[in-house]
Amino acid sequence: MASSSDLREKLRKKRRALQHSLQVKDDVDADTQALVPTDRSQSKETAQRDMEELTAGEEEPGDTLRRNLKAQRLRRRRKLEEASVDDKSMVEPFHETVGEVTAVQQISQSDEKPVEPCVVSSPAQSQRGDLPPRPQAKPVPGSSHSESSTMRQRMKDKLKAARSKAESLLQQEASQDGPASRLQSLKDRHTLTRFDRETDADLRGGGDDHPSSLNVKVKFREAVRRVRVDSKSEMGLPTAEEAYNFFTFDFDPEPDEETRKGQKRRTRPEGENEEGEDGGDDDEEKEEEDKEEVTEVDREHQGEDEERDDNAPLMRDEEEELFLIDQSADDFLVFKRAEYMGYQRRLQSENELLFTPSFLTVPASSKVPENMKPRYLEEEGLYVGERPPMSLTNQNILENRILKQEQGRKWFGDDGRIMALPDPIKESSTRPPLFHIEDDLDPALQTVYRKALVSKHASQYISVGGETNGDYQLDVDVSGLIFSHHPLFSQEHVLGSRLVQLYDQHLSRQHRNLTEHLTTKLNGLRNTIGNMLEVHGGQRLTPVMQQRISEYKQEVRNTRRLRDLEQEKDRTLLKGIVKIWKEIKALRDFQRFTNTPYKLYLRREEVERASDVREYEAEIQAEVDELLDEMEEDYQRKVTEYRRQQEEWKVWRRKQRAKNKKKKKTQSQLDDNEDDEDNDDDDRTDGEAEPGPPKPKPPEEPDMEGVEKQVSEKASRIRRKPGEPILVPELTASGPITPNEQCPRGEFARREDVAKRSIFIKVLYNDKEVSRTDNRSLNSDFRVHFGQIFNLKIVNWPESIKLQVFEVLGLSTTLLADVFVPVPESSILTGSAPSEELVFSSNLRVMFDHEAVGSDVPFSFEVDGSNRQTLLTSGKLSCSVSWAVGEDDVPLAPPTTQPKPMYSGLKQLDAIASIGASGLNDMKKLGEWATESRLDPNDPNNADIMQLLKVASSGEVTAPDYFRLEQLQEEFNFVSEEDLEQSRRFRLLRLRNQEVAEFRNYKFVPAMEREVTDKVFEEYERRLKEGEIVDTKGHLDAHRALVAKHLHKIRESIINRFLIAKHHFIMSDLVQEEQVPTIGILGLNLFKLAEPKRPLKPQRKERKKVTAQNLSDGDIRLLLNIIRAYDIPVRKPSVNKPAVTSKSTRSFTETLTAGQSQRATQGSDWLLNQVQVRPFVEVSFQRSVLQTTTADGPNPCWNEDLQLPFSAPNGDYSTANLQSMKDEIFINIFDEVQYELGGDGEDRGKEVHTRLEKHWLGSVKIPFSTIYFQSRIDGTFKVDTPPVLLGYSKERSLASDGGYDAVRSLTEGAFITLFITIEPQLVPGETIREKFESQESEGLLLASEVFERDAAVHFPDRPCLTTVININGKTVFITRYLRPLNPPQELLDAFPNSPQEATDLIARYVSLIPSLPDSVSFAGVCDLWSTCDQFLTLLAGDEEEHAVLLCNYFLSMGKKAWLIIGTAIPEGPTTYVLTYEQNRYLIWNPSSGQYYGQYDTFCPLQTVGCLVSADNVWLNTQAYTSPLRIRFDVTKAKLWKPFFSRAFPNPGLSSVQPEELVYRHTDQAAAAELQDRIEKILKEKIMEWRPRNPTRWNRYCTSTLRHFLPKLELSRGRDVADEHRLELQSLLGDYRISGFPLHLPFSEVRPIVEAVYSTGVHNVEASNVEFALAVHVHAYPNNVLSVWVYLASLIRMR
Amino acid sequence: MTANSPSVFLLMINGQIEGANFPEYDDLYCKYCFVYGHDWAPTSGLEEGISQITSKGRDSPHRLVWNFPLEITFKSTNPLGWPQIVVSVYGPDTFGNDVVRGYGATHIPITPGQHTRTIPMFVPESTSRLQKFTSWLLGRRPEFTDPKVVAQGEGREVTRVSSQGFVTLSFNIVTKDMKRLGYDTTATETTHTHTHPVAAGFGPGNQTLSM
Repeated sequence: MASSSDLREKLRKKRRALQHSLQVKDDVDADTQALVPTDRSQSKETAQRDMEELTAGEEEPGDTLRRNLKAQRLRRRRKLEEASVDDKSMVEPFHETVGEVTAVQQISQSDEKPVEPCVVSSPAQSQRGDLPPRPQAKPVPGSSHSESSTMRQRMKDKLKAARSKAESLLQQEASQDGPASRLQSLKDRHTLTRFDRETDADLRGGGDDHPSSLNVKVKFREAVRRVRVDSKSEMGLPTAEEAYNFFTFDFDPEPDEETRKGQKRRTRPEGENEEGEDGGDDDEEKEEEDKEEVTEVDREHQGEDEERDDNAPLMRDEEEELFLIDQSADDFLVFKRAEYMGYQRRLQSENELLFTPSFLTVPASSKVPENMKPRYLEEEGLYVGERPPMSLTNQNILENRILKQEQGRKWFGDDGRIMALPDPIKESSTRPPLFHIEDDLDPALQTVYRKALVSKHASQYISVGGETNGDYQLDVDVSGLIFSHHPLFSQEHVLGSRLVQLYDQHLSRQHRNLTEHLTTKLNGLRNTIGNMLEVHGGQRLTPVMQQRISEYKQEVRNTRRLRDLEQEKDRTLLKGIVKIWKEIKALRDFQRFTNTPYKLYLRREEVERASDVREYEAEIQAEVDELLDEMEEDYQRKVTEYRRQQEEWKVWRRKQRAKNKKKKKTQSQLDDNEDDEDNDDDDRTDGEAEPGPPKPKPPEEPDMEGVEKQVSEKASRIRRKPGEPILVPELTASGPITPNEQCPRGEFARREDVAKRSIFIKVLYNDKEVSRTDNRSLNSDFRVHFGQIFNLKIVNWPESIKLQVFEVLGLSTTLLADVFVPVPESSILTGSAPSEELVFSSNLRVMFDHEAVGSDVPFSFEVDGSNRQTLLTSGKLSCSVSWAVGEDDVPLAPPTTQPKPMYSGLKQLDAIASIGASGLNDMKKLGEWATESRLDPNDPNNADIMQLLKVASSGEVTAPDYFRLEQLQEEFNFVSEEDLEQSRRFRLLRLRNQEVAEFRNYKFVPAMEREVTDKVFEEYERRLKEGEIVDTKGHLDAHRALVAKHLHKIRESIINRFLIAKHHFIMSDLVQEEQVPTIGILGLNLFKLAEPKRPLKPQRKERKKVTAQNLSDGDIRLLLNIIRAYDIPVRKPSVNKPAVTSKSTRSFTETLTAGQSQRATQGSDWLLNQVQVRPFVEVSFQRSVLQTTTADGPNPCWNEDLQLPFSAPNGDYSTANLQSMKDEIFINIFDEVQYELGGDGEDRGKEVHTRLEKHWLGSVKIPFSTIYFQSRIDGTFKVDTPPVLLGYSKERSLASDGGYDAVRSLTEGAFITLFITIEPQLVPGETIREKFESQESEGLLLASEVFERDAAVHFPDRPCLTTVININGKTVFITRYLRPLNPPQELLDAFPNSPQEATDLIARYVSLIPSLPDSVSFAGVCDLWSTCDQFLTLLAGDEEEHAVLLCNYFLSMGKKAWLIIGTAIPEGPTTYVLTYEQNRYLIWNPSSGQYYGQYDTFCPLQTVGCLVSADNVWLNTQAYTSPLRIRFDVTKAKLWKPFFSRAFPNPGLSSVQPEELVYRHTDQAAAAELQDRIEKILKEKIMEWRPRNPTRWNRYCTSTLRHFLPKLELSRGRDVADEHRLELQSLLGDYRISGFPLHLPFSEVRPIVEAVYSTGVHNVEASNVEFALAVHVHAYPNNVLSVWVYLASLIRMR
Repeated sequence: MTANSPSVFLLMINGQIEGANFPEYDDLYCKYCFVYGHDWAPTSGLEEGISQITSKGRDSPHRLVWNFPLEITFKSTNPLGWPQIVVSVYGPDTFGNDVVRGYGATHIPITPGQHTRTIPMFVPESTSRLQKFTSWLLGRRPEFTDPKVVAQGEGREVTRVSSQGFVTLSFNIVTKDMKRLGYDTTATETTHTHTHPVAAGFGPGNQTLSM
């Protein structure tokens, strides 16, 4: 520090100048406090307020000072710049100080300029304003103001504040450390002054800089300590300020004192000058301070230097900053200009801060732990997956970067590369890429949508237990085929293929290497024998040993023979190969071109001649020895044998001789050549006389010489000669083929022909073609490669898999051969299935006029044509068929349990099969296999088996066979799975959550487990159980029980679907919004204003609808307004009266004209007779009963309002629940009968006791669901009156209202006019907004949608149906339902002569099928249409099913019939049938079997929406909808809009109905049984309903009634009343009878009971009442039952 | 129901709908109702209520005060379906038609003690501008079919709403037998304070105990 003294001097000057500028500083203080640059004046004000001692004209000095400073600065800078050359480091602080000063000047000059970049303030000051108050921050503005007289005090305060602040910050945020911010602070350093930083940070309100300053402070203490030591040692003086600031209370008072002094000085240098407060000390202090300053500056230099050199000792910098913080004590300010740093320096400093990873390869040594060599797992044979591709540069960069970090090495594996998981990307894309936008897609690639066709004959499904839904897949891999002969083979090809075959044979033989094996074995055996003999030496061999040796020898012999054979084969094969090769060569030479690329090399392996010869000799010798041995042995054996035989022979001979001697004596002729002759004689005599043993021949001596010769001969034949090189043939297909141009014409033609051909293969599964390969052209080598895999999803059992090889020539294809592939075992899975080579051949005769040899054509290789041979087309097809493996590694093979004899041998499926070892079920075996096959445990393919093995070896059975993403799931389970299962409470909660019907609205699930009783589940469990067991008892009829169960199932599934759909909301479900009014409505509203307030004819207004969900019991009432009734039957006095009319038959004509005749015939005496009826109406709903007052006469008028309470089941007012309510409203009409009872004897005449009885006349049933859906029912209904009402007759009062009667008289029965509604009006649930799937064509669906929408727009009140939903939930076009169907033949036969009767009967038959509204069974879901056969099976259906069946019957009877889609009362939207006969249209109500003329006023059909025939739908476009006022002529285009028109013709929709209906015959016995049971049940019920009175049954009457019922059935309830009334009357003259037959279609017992109950017959209270009940069940075909219940009460008359 | 083994717990709610902050509207009244699960039942108190109409005061130009008391006790066996209060606010529009001004819901606080809740309110939006205009003209703003919709999450995705204002409620909650049934709803801090004396028991406090 050469210039240190110089510097000190300058500093002193500067200080003085600064003292002058104090005022300026104060201004700035004020500014910074406010954080906004204030006006000059304002700052001045503040300054004045702060510093009272200052004179008024201080502005001036400030300015002058500024000027001075400027000059000074300029000067100084010049100097410094010079200085910087030799002492660069010194420049920095100067720059800083100067800069600071300048900054202040700038600020004071430009008032508006934001202070931010170099704000100057002290922390203590700043606390006043902006900093959040610290708990210990005592110096408040007020205090400083008031005590400003004593600057010292003020200073103290401030210092204290600063200290405490530092402390608190230290305490609070010591932990905070941010390298980034530290860096930032370093950066800032160059632009900001030291003070600035602190202030700046503070001013910014704890922004980014805040932590940095804190950090600085944290590190400060140590630094200060160090610095203190330094400075002390250097100068003998402590750095007083710092010491004071931070260690006041920690350290001795001495530095404290000094600091205070210094501080004092610093804080108010101007005071020093101007006022001289502490005059005496000033100089000293100044001196000191100067020194301090210098030291500080020096230190700064150091710090700066260090920072420049190396940014590691950041502390130093910060330490300085912290000193400066403390210097900041209020009045000492250093200002600094934003400084410029040279580019080079910046680069340099940046280099220090930034790290640019190099992209050079990192040496491996730095990546692996020291003293380690990289280890390559692949080389050790472990599985290492393929790494994902990454560019080397990036990898290097990454490695460099990682290495820079601490512990960077842990990222590297043993092989010195970054650890990486195997590449997860599949090699081939699973989805083919679409290169084109859809528009410009190649038209050939455009997908075309085709409807799936349902095959009718898809028989033999793989029936599975239901769990896996038959998802099976066969993979057929057709890899290719090789022709071993093809008609287009040239001669060379023939030879070539032969050569290839031989070579293949050779290869396979070589592969097996039997020769070698046998040779080794032979040697082994020989050695063994040698050893045995050697060991035992010359000693005697034990018999065992001998035995063994002989066995060995035998073995040796066998082995040798085998070896020789093999060797011979090898040799011949080799010879053959060579021969053929020679032939090929010869052929090639001859024809001067080459066709096949085959080339045979014979590789010679030279052998050492000497050793080879030796071996050869040794071999021969050994063999010879052995042979000799054998021969010797053989010879020995033969010799012994010979000897034995010799002996025998001799004995025999001797005997013979003795005999002969005797002979000789007698003969005594010849004795010459005795022996020979003897022999001859003997022979002869032997032959003649007794056969003696033949004379044994002595065995030949073994021919030693020959053996040797033989052996060597054989050896030379089958073995290579000694010293001859070993020849190894090698066949390659690399030879050149003569190009086409150089070939002769014949060959050229052949080749052309070959090129024209191509081959493809069809894959046939169960004799159905499922796929075919591409055409592959035939190559000159006659190998075709396909390499295609066909995945066959199969449903049917695999019977056969056939591949057909086709050859294509031009346009014609010829079938070459069929190849049958065996159906694989289910353990053969894709990936592990071996490729099989299947040989095929064809006997097709093919001849060519060119070089090709053809097929089945004799040809010869020889020139002379000899040695002809014939070859057939043949080849090998390599393919494999295996079962696919599903996504989750489940083999998609059918279960083996299928009782298929041909697959009985199939083994159990096992997971191990998937990796190639099929049938390994034994764990041990598996383990062995695994070790044997050396599975790599790292290979993911083997993960399964390794897992399995691990489990097997460790004995753990609970190996997870699943992969779980949420491993921590178990941690989060609050109870274990078992607890969850076992706990009744949890079960209850879960069932409720699943919305199981029983628990859907279960309230108060108990909090404790013990409080949940098992009873809760009883019902549910019973239901579950009942789902399986059919309860036949409750249904009386097994068939119906089944049907009910089936219906229940359908219902269940549909309801489930509905429940799901219920959770899909649309806007209108949640938000009520008024529709935008149309002009019409607006106009109407305007018009309404003019309406009279109380119109004369009031109309019912629409009420506001209420959604049902927020209702509770009692909120809903049912309103009934019973207005009037017509044609109520009237009483008939029990007078014996002859039958007036007795009509047995009726016809349409009669019905239509009946009015007159009836009127005429019926007696006029009724008028006079005053026969009355006093009817009243009783309404019962949900067992609450209300009744009207009694009116008089057959046409009563009540006009009464009845209100019935309504409660939903289970208090559940949800839409779904209301819709599914099955409750019905019974409206019964009774006659109130008054009987006079005779009083007691005395009172007779004075008192009259009367008894009221009510007699049931008829009823109307209206299901609640109808009211719910229609919201109101208004109209006149036909009262359901019994065909016979005992004591009543249906009479017409002619005289009273003649004209009106003329209209009504056409119908029969009573009518009642009603109005029913629900209060408040409920919003019926919407039907499911779900688009059902369909098999109709898109066009048709679209057209029908348009049609229906049009209809809805133009004719909103006309129901229009074009598509309906069948029972499977699919949309079907409506016309498909209509098709002529045969009615039961019995019904047709019943009235062969009268078609009308038959029609009637059929309508009745249809109406007898019980009606079950869909809306009830399928709660609000939709209308389901079942086909007629389904309908007849289910025996339950809605109106539309009835209508369809009836219409179909009519069609089959040759009538013109249509379906009418319309509305009727009370059903609402419904379906009727329209027929056209005898120039009349008749409207049939299919559910009642009634028919009406078109002009019948009482026809329940109100509107006609559209007509449906079997081939079209017509929408009613006429002005009116009532059948009375429209024309049914559908040919008129003006009146009816057809669906299928010329523009959109009918595509010929096939019917969904069966071709023919099959009827079961009726089981009469079952009907009889049912009849008895119903009767019994009803009787019991009636007695049950009369608990207080005894119920007596009049048997006589009962039997009479029972007698009537079949008649009623026969006449279908018509016109028999009088007859049998008379009959009854005569029999029971002294009884007053009231009774009636009820007629019902049979579905269940319950409705019958209900119907009987509703008549109220049981309510008769009279003591002497008797009852009669008869039941008759008539069975119609297909178990349609008609039930009659005859019910009567009898009261004995006196 | 013995004291030792209760089968239900009780939740008693005292509080009030203090007021609302609807900057644009005046003369509003509110309705409240409770929505709760199957296992809950009110044992006493009013389940639904409708408040008086209140107008803005001069002093507090944004504040509508109802001070409408709530008092209800629930019993339950299961915290599932914990009650929520649904508040809907109505008031006249410019033509004097009564229209809905906001729906809001909040769960009843689960911890005993005093709580204040401020519920943001919203109303369903019209589906189109035309609808909006006509609804404004006719005074038939879109409404939820059932105010209870706002207490459930299902089906809300089909609606559009706009936010309106705030309603402030205060609750005083008392529970009974919750802990006995195993539901501990008290905050963790309180349990900490409970454990302190126990820990201290081994220290000097032990002596006092022994004395």
